[in-house]
Parts: sequence; structure tokens; C-alpha cells
Amino acid sequence: MKHHELIIIGGGPSGLCAAKMAAEAGVKVLIVDRSPQLGGQLTKQTHKFFGSKAQYAKTRGFDIAKILIDQVIHHPNVTILQEATVVGLYPDKVVTVYQHDTYTRYQADKVIVATGASEKFLAFENNDLPGIYGAGAVQTLMNLYGVLPGQDIIMVGSGNIGLIVSYQLLQAGVHVKGIVEAAPTIGGYKVHASKIRRLGVPIFTSTTVQRAVGSTHLEAVELVKLDAKWQPLPGTEQIIPIDALCISVGLSPMHQLLSMVNAKTKYINELGGFVPIIDDHHQTTQEGIFACGDAVGIEEASSAMMEGYLTGLYVAEHLGKSHPESHALKEKYEHELDMLRNGPFGIKTKIGLEKLRKDDIHA
Amino acid sequence: MLNKTGIPTKDQVLSRFPDRKALIKPKAILECYEDIPCNPCSTSCPFDAIEIGENINVQPKLHTDLCTGCAVCVPSCPGLAIVIAQIKGDRAVFKIPYEFLPMPEKGQVWDGVNRSGEVICDALIEHVAITSKTDHTAVVTASVPVEFIYDFVTVRVKQ
Amino acid sequence: MRIDKHPILNFPKKEPIPFIFEGQEVYGVEGDTIASALHALGITTLSYSIKKGRPRGFYCAIGNCASCNMMVNGIPNVRTCITPLVAGMIVERQTDKGVIR
Repeated sequence: MKHHELIIIGGGPSGLCAAKMAAEAGVKVLIVDRSPQLGGQLTKQTHKFFGSKAQYAKTRGFDIAKILIDQVIHHPNVTILQEATVVGLYPDKVVTVYQHDTYTRYQADKVIVATGASEKFLAFENNDLPGIYGAGAVQTLMNLYGVLPGQDIIMVGSGNIGLIVSYQLLQAGVHVKGIVEAAPTIGGYKVHASKIRRLGVPIFTSTTVQRAVGSTHLEAVELVKLDAKWQPLPGTEQIIPIDALCISVGLSPMHQLLSMVNAKTKYINELGGFVPIIDDHHQTTQEGIFACGDAVGIEEASSAMMEGYLTGLYVAEHLGKSHPESHALKEKYEHELDMLRNGPFGIKTKIGLEKLRKDDIHA
Repeated sequence: MLNKTGIPTKDQVLSRFPDRKALIKPKAILECYEDIPCNPCSTSCPFDAIEIGENINVQPKLHTDLCTGCAVCVPSCPGLAIVIAQIKGDRAVFKIPYEFLPMPEKGQVWDGVNRSGEVICDALIEHVAITSKTDHTAVVTASVPVEFIYDFVTVRVKQ
Repeated sequence: MRIDKHPILNFPKKEPIPFIFEGQEVYGVEGDTIASALHALGITTLSYSIKKGRPRGFYCAIGNCASCNMMVNGIPNVRTCITPLVAGMIVERQTDKGVIR
């Protein structure tokens, strides 16, 4: 069994940021990531990011990924395993890893679970047809591998991901026939919606997918309008021929490894689903096991980065190694996180966090 | 309306335009109508003409007298919500962000499009600037007949 | 269909990588995953569901949903969306839970 002071599960923005702080504090860090490339979902984000300088505002997502990777990849305290899936996490902080047909057990002193989130699914007839993808999957195909998912697409969901991926599809030369939103209003930033409207793409609010049509591949989708009670309005069905459908109806935190160690979770709608109960050091109810990023609540990458930095700083302290600028950095990142959550889009997160902390002795 | 369609109302648009006298010189039009945590327009402006302040959720405010129309803010806005506008006689001259292929070229005539994506006029492409600083966002100078000054928002290649 | 020109990204011509799909020699390019190579070839059905034999393609692209599981070099349940393509790989659709042959 190999030993590592700190094992970080997930090499996305929050994992990479946590690694940077911990490594700078003198902690020996092992990052384990199952993808062929580090950077999590940032690697396929071609748009410029929001936030402030601290979150690399106006820098394209894949460039932010390069910055975050550069910060740790050559650091002597950091070891990285890629194409390595963590298949087991145990209460005594044993982490088991499956990489290229080899199974290895690691003993960690502390673990950070930074596994991010996965796309939610939508239930409708024939939703398993090839040609129906998560919006993130379409981004991956297009932006990482340069493969078009289809020629004529409809996007389901008008949150930021739905709006942004629609724009990116247009940049790749795909005809986006429309964005479908079940709610009466657009979910994401209106600047993203405005960009799409300029390009002639309609946004159908109070509309949902009734069923998909096709035999071996998607050929069309049937949309239907919804009334004020979210019920389909008979007679409003319309069939639109398409060869790809993107589902962007929200993300769910990937908390599964934490369930393995019986870390307490709570179902909080505002945070995306089941999230671990964490204290203000980001420690779960399982001693020595911490979590950060989308795995503890769905937000933006900007928040994931700040949470990652903070968790790295706290974990280093728990290991008896304080970062030389610990105090100033903690203040800085807490402040940034506060600011990111301060506007109307942060209200949902704040409500979610309040619900998480309520009645909880641990938190 | 913006919340349902993504299209601002006429009043919202007009609120971001300085009066016509000021538009003799090029000025930034900040079409950011929502409080979101974001401030690169403010931090990019070399003349401190865009104010946001400590709380980055606040919508940016333009100090018209300080704005020189330099267009540094245009490719800095992650939402592509900023253009530069100027009135030159019977033409309205815009500098807009553009991130598509094919790229417009100087001298070409493209379609001028409004916020609903409808073609409203011809747009003459006068200049295209793309540098490492603008990071793959071209700043396209296009002019349209002045009567479209509050409607025009972007260009589209003629089909 | 592969993207040739893109306003933000660079997609240079890459080395072709031969592999076998359902007995036929086909090509992906350097940097592909098995799933992206198949998609570029227009192959979007990656497996068939166990009970009803319904065609399945990929969904999440991050190795989470198991929709893209295929048999690769005789090993079942390989998550083709995150597995890099290697020359000579033998890729087949599976119609069962996966049996090591």
C-alpha cells in the first residue's frame, strides 16, 4: 500500500486549486483524475469567463485550465495520476485506484473529494436514442475532439450551460433550431440569451419535450407548450426534425464516493441534489475527508476555484502545515466567494447553504 | 421581456445610449441589464470610464465624458454586451465584437441585424481588428444608416 | 463529421490511427477517444440495451453514465468516451452485460 499525505480526487478547477495551496504549504499531494486530460469541465469551455480578476475573468475556460494546471504540474510536492479512476474510498482514508488494468491501494492522511457534478437527465419517450446528449457531452465532442454532434440541433434548457453551448454550436457551424425552456422565463444570464437572439435562434419558454422520434438515431423531437401549472397543453404539439438533441437541465453533485464512507448528506434542491454536510473547513462528517467544488453544491467554476483554494489551505492546517500566507489568502478567497454569491444569481446558493447548515450540529 | 425573450426593451436600450450630441465622438454602449458577478469591463478600461466598484454584481455605469471610444472594453466583456457607437453625418458607426467564421473583411457589405436577429439594413464593413490581446474576438467596425442607430446590434454574412 | 475551421479553436490535421470496428478497418485521428473517433465516422450507436435491444449512444462524455460501454480488445464495459484511441484496437458493440472472452 502506498502512502500519500493528501489525496485529491478530481483534477478539475477545485481539485487543482486545492492542490496548489496544499503543495505550497509543504503537503505532499496526489491528484487522481479519470480523464485523459486535467482541468475538469474547463478544458472544453471556449467562452470568456465572468467574475473578477481572481477568477481570471475575460479569460477563456480552456486557458484558465492551462493556468491552473501549470500552477501544480511542475510543483515538487505534487504527483498526478491521469486516466485513473478512484473505485473505492474508505473511512480509514484508504483510496483505491484503477488505472490501465492495475488496481492500487493508497493510504492517505487526508482526502479531498473534488469530483464535480454530472448532467441530469430528462424523462420523455425515446430519451435513450443515439443523438440525444448532455450539453456538456456536446461541448466535449465539439471543442475537445473537433467532431460535430449533428447538423440540426435543439437545446433543452436555458440555464447558462444551455445558452453557452448553443452559442458554441453556432460557432462550430451547427444550425441551432431553438432553445426549449420549461419555465416561463430564461434561466441563465440575459447577456448569453441576447447573444443567441441576435443570431436568430428562438427561445421557446413554457415549452418542453414530449417525445423523441427515431428508430436507430434521433430524427425529430415533439415539443409541447406548458400551462401555468407546468402541464402539457394539448393541441400545442409540434414536431421539429433534428439530428441531435442537447439536454441541459441542470447538474447533480457527484457525491457517490462520500456515500461509500457514510459521510452524511442532505438533499438540497438549491444545491443540485444530495450534498455532503461540511463544516466551515469543508470537512465532511467523516473525519479527515473533505470536499469542495460542484461536489458540495452546483455553482460556477469561479466558485469552485475559490472553494478549492480555501479547502487546500484548511487541509494543510489540519496536517499541521500552514501556508505561509494562510491568513491573508483565506480572507481574500472568502471575500471573493462572498462577492460571487452576492448578486441575484447567488441567492439560490445562499438559500441552499442556509438549509444545509440548519439544525446541524456538525456544520 | 428580457427575462422571457433575451431581448431588452426599447427603453432599456435607450437608457444605455448617451444623448446624440455626445455621440459625435465614439462612446461605449454597455448593454448589461442584469446584476451578475463580473467586472472585466471596468478593470480593462484604460480611462477609468466604466464604474462598477467593490461589489462586482452591480451593473456597469459609463462616465460618458471620460470615454474615448477606444474599444478595449468591447472584447473584454465575456457576455459580448458592449459596442462602441458614433454618429458620423448620416451614418452610425459601430465597433462590435464578432466571433464567427467567415470573418468579415473591409469593404464588404453584410446584413445589419437587430436584437431579435432580424435583418434591418445593409452594414458596410470598414475595419476588422483581431490581435492576441482581443483573444480571438474580432472588433469589427461597421457602419449603417443613422436611422438604425438604436436597432442595429451585429452583422451577418449575406446568404 | 470533423470540424475544419473554428473561430476560437485550432483543429490541425492529425495523424490517422487505424482500428477495427465490428470487423472493419476504420480510422480515427491522434487525440481521439474511441467514442469521438466513432462519431466522426458517423457511428452513433455504440451498444444495444440488454433487455429490449434498443440502440444506445453516448450521453455524458465524462465516464459517468455507462451509455458508451463497448468491448475493446476483448474487455467488456470499456467507457469509450474517456478511453484514448490506440492503433489496432478491436472495438465491438456488446449486447450483454459483458463477458470476458
